[in-house]
Amino acid sequence: MLRRQLNLWILLTVLTGLFVWLIASTGLWEATLRFLFPQESQVLHPRASLLVLVWEHVKLVILSSSLTVLVGVPLGIWVTRPSGRNFLPIVYYLTSFGQTFPPVAVLALAVPMIGFGVIPTVIALFLYGLLPVVRNTIAGLRAVSQDVLDAAYGMGMSRWQALIRVEMPLAARVILAGIHISVIINIGTAMIGAVIGAGGLGSPIIAGLVQDNLAYIIEGAVPAAMLAVLADRLLANLERLFAYSAEKAR
Amino acid sequence: MIRLVKVSKSYGDTIAVRQLSLVVNQGEVCVLIGPSGCGKTTTLRMVNRLIEPTAGRIFINGKEISRVKPEQLRRSIGYAIQSVGLFPHMTVADNIAVVPELLHWAKSRVAHRIDELLRLVGLDPLEYASKYPNQLSGGEAQRIGVARALAANPPILLMDEPFGAVDPLTREKLQAQFLRIQQELKKTVLLVTHDLDEAIRLADRIAIMASGRLVQHATPEEILSRPTNKFVHDFVGTDRALKRLSRIGVASFIRPTHSVKLSTPMKEVASVCERCHWVWVVDDDGKFTGWLDRTSLPAANSVRQAMVVGDRDEITITKNATLREALSRMLGQGFNSIPVVDEEGRLIGEVSLGDVEAATAKMEP
Repeated sequence: MLRRQLNLWILLTVLTGLFVWLIASTGLWEATLRFLFPQESQVLHPRASLLVLVWEHVKLVILSSSLTVLVGVPLGIWVTRPSGRNFLPIVYYLTSFGQTFPPVAVLALAVPMIGFGVIPTVIALFLYGLLPVVRNTIAGLRAVSQDVLDAAYGMGMSRWQALIRVEMPLAARVILAGIHISVIINIGTAMIGAVIGAGGLGSPIIAGLVQDNLAYIIEGAVPAAMLAVLADRLLANLERLFAYSAEKAR
Repeated sequence: MIRLVKVSKSYGDTIAVRQLSLVVNQGEVCVLIGPSGCGKTTTLRMVNRLIEPTAGRIFINGKEISRVKPEQLRRSIGYAIQSVGLFPHMTVADNIAVVPELLHWAKSRVAHRIDELLRLVGLDPLEYASKYPNQLSGGEAQRIGVARALAANPPILLMDEPFGAVDPLTREKLQAQFLRIQQELKKTVLLVTHDLDEAIRLADRIAIMASGRLVQHATPEEILSRPTNKFVHDFVGTDRALKRLSRIGVASFIRPTHSVKLSTPMKEVASVCERCHWVWVVDDDGKFTGWLDRTSLPAANSVRQAMVVGDRDEITITKNATLREALSRMLGQGFNSIPVVDEEGRLIGEVSLGDVEAATAKMEP
């Protein structure tokens, strides 16, 4: 079982290396896109190299997803404690609202207040990705059986000890699944950052749409898809790592 | 010692426990029993402050528990529940280690204790320590639950239907094991059950509860022979005599018996017991193997050929068994005596139907 885990991580490292090599190979991209779209005068977006675009994109996702996790998980924990239980419906409602509210609309509202750039984009992504994290944290913690909790308290664990030693390990997998969904959503949604100058892989796509240049669109879309696949694998591996050992032992 | 003084618990208008006073002496097993909703589990959970009483006081070894921090109190009280509540993400060893670790025991001491406890509950440490709860059978899980409750060697044990969720055969084994362990450790035990047979078997004293009140608190013998009111009378049921048999061990009723070995020559067999219609057969180690009917002797030329092979588990009882078990074997097999064997299965004597009858006759009406 351990060997299988190790193999999955090795595979992920190799794929990531391959991805970095691919996006760094500007010549290869240019040649391929020229071959596919000979009618275009320019096939690579001139704003920045692909490597820079991907890095900007990754930065947006890491910033917003970290914020989502740092706020979403504690929020989910809090509303399942006696002290926060009364707030559960309102938190649920607000996070659902956060996801139904289109990120583009958040941007439109944020720009007049905060201005252009990375920060409003991160805020929009953060709000948009909050629901799955909060929802799964609540679901994971609520799924811990009452008997197990009864045993934990009955043996003399404090609420904090029960949370850290029993509830969180048992809920970890469900919580990670929520983070997983949130990150994947964010990779796609981070495209809109380009609209207000946050850069990222959205820039060539929007430029391509405006200038009717299919090559630009491909330049943005293909690396984004690859990025999503890599992130998906990374998070799946993490989930497996946190799946509690009873399942590993099977 | 556990002492409850006029303890009450109410939830809004519903009263779960009313003015309950109860003493569990040092080293005594007190079984709380009653129909569901009688407040027995509530009472148990008030002792480790999982539930706070509305009124009244509870003392453990003279100290009022409301003055002790709940976590600290609970670490000094063993707690075993019906659903076991083993932590599914921890191995058996880690589960047992929970309370010792909360008490900051040294690692080597914890490891040693885990070994000791697994042996105590009859599980091989090498095989079980690293297993996860989902790899255990129901009976094994309950044993680990008991081991975990005993981990930090608490003087007091609270058990809420600890043998509830297993099949009757396993339950009987777990009960026997509990009695053996209790004989050794002499804990002060408060145990909740709804199974009267279990209560009679395990209790030094039974506390019968009904709608939040303590109805009778006495030894099993007393409850069976002198129920305090109609409720207890009905609760105990009409098979009281049979139940009382389960309080009497066979040990003092074992009498010597006749047996032949598999290797005994045929011509000596007849002289073993001339007036007996049949004799027990043992192998060369003295282990029970079956019986021999005198009428089958002339046709056979060896003991092995003439005997009827009997299943040791079906027919024999050990000297720790009760008269009730002995009687049940006799009725089941249609015998009027039943062989008694030691732990290795060696025949040590027999108990007869006449002895059981004599024992019932001696009991008070």
